[in-house]
Amino acid sequence: MSYKPIRTLFELPTEENLAPGHRMCSGCGVTVGVRQILLAAPKDVIVVTATGCLEVSTVAYPYTAWRCPWVHVAFENAAAVASGIEAALKALERKGYGKRHPVIAFGGDGGTYDIGIQALSGALERGHRFLYVCYDNEAYMNTGIQRSGGTPYGTWTTTTPFGKVRPGKTEVKKNLMGIVVAHGIPYAATASISHWKDLMNKVRKALSCDGPSFIHLLTPCNRGWRFDPAQTIRIAKLAVETRYFPLYEVENGVYRITVPVPRPKPIEEFIKAQGRLRHLLRPEYADALATFKKQVEDYYSYVEMMTKATSSK
Amino acid sequence: MKVKELEEHPTFAAVLPPATSEEYDTTGWRAFKPVVDKEKCTGCLICWVYCPEPAIIRTPDRKIEFDYKHCKGCGICEVECPVKAIKMVKEV
Ligand SMILES: Cc1ncc(C[n+]2csc(CCOP(=O)(O)OP(=O)(O)O)c2C)c(N)n1
Ligand code: SF4
Ligand code: SF4
Repeated sequence: MSYKPIRTLFELPTEENLAPGHRMCSGCGVTVGVRQILLAAPKDVIVVTATGCLEVSTVAYPYTAWRCPWVHVAFENAAAVASGIEAALKALERKGYGKRHPVIAFGGDGGTYDIGIQALSGALERGHRFLYVCYDNEAYMNTGIQRSGGTPYGTWTTTTPFGKVRPGKTEVKKNLMGIVVAHGIPYAATASISHWKDLMNKVRKALSCDGPSFIHLLTPCNRGWRFDPAQTIRIAKLAVETRYFPLYEVENGVYRITVPVPRPKPIEEFIKAQGRLRHLLRPEYADALATFKKQVEDYYSYVEMMTKATSSK
Repeated sequence: MKVKELEEHPTFAAVLPPATSEEYDTTGWRAFKPVVDKEKCTGCLICWVYCPEPAIIRTPDRKIEFDYKHCKGCGICEVECPVKAIKMVKEV
């Protein structure tokens, strides 16, 4: 894959495709991520957004925060809309009407893990040249913190309260990357808003593919995760440093950990920083804490194992 | 619905001029505002890349300035500044 890597912040453009004055919450991790992605992408990008905070809060009619062409159709079909745009641009290119624009689709975890998964699967299988970004704040935040397939085990949400019977959510965080990679697409990666250079170079790489690419971006939400908005980037960083959220990429089937974590910080540091998880540290939830830890360790080992298994490919 | 009404109320919404949200003032969202010590600021742009709005402006002298019309006072820039050049101060 040939792309121009980003080395310093000074080389990034001063005019951005996301303008201020949007209504995303103070300290929201989602717009930090979207800004970083758009700073790394070409200026002539076309953006599609699924229903969710990013859509609702950037286009409070009659205002729009977007400087590039932008479209929202529904919750479940961001990848299908992006497919249509890409197919149309491809036809125009064939007829001699200039070059194809890059297309980026954004969907929340609700819009990707659950509601939009069939549209995403179809678009990846058909091989459209576009980048799909799942911005993962680990619940349906725009409607008031309901659990999704991306919510981790043991988490408090308004639909998974903790109490005598349950420790919060009782199901595992779905392996979304595994599902995406199984489509055999050229490029898929995870990223965190705390590691801007890693994220931006993954965006450049993704957009250089002649086919579908995918980025799974962790975007802490202070409203839903219950922490002080000033800590958004700290929390995203802790997620990486505790191995909660491994940063890796899968290029033509080959796994590579891009930010290795040889000496992880204790997972308790990540847990105690957030009201949605803090109950796990109470003695009565010791079993749930052990399960949470095991799921985090198992997932990191799985990524390491896949890295080893595909290294000779 | 009669056809004329449909024409007046199309089933989609479109906004043609880009970035009109810049007209919208979010000053009232914040209780604290960031203030930068230009002597301490090294111009590294770390605060700029982590601001969610964006409400940090890159100045020609390779430093930063705040766009107070759009800053929501989250305090991320104060926490992330590597040389502690930004302080959040109470709005009066
Ligand atoms: C088909 C459909 N079902 C439900 C809704 C209501 N709804 C709007 S936003 C939203 C939550 C979106 O959650 P997610 O995709 O995780 O994005 P986030 O809000 O967290 O950014 C829901 C349920 C809708 N707009 N359309
Ligand atoms: S609810 Fe969370 S994800 Fe949505 S705008 Fe607020 S901070 Fe961002
Ligand atoms: S306080 Fe938050 S919104 Fe204001 S400039 Fe700093 S990072 Fe941006």
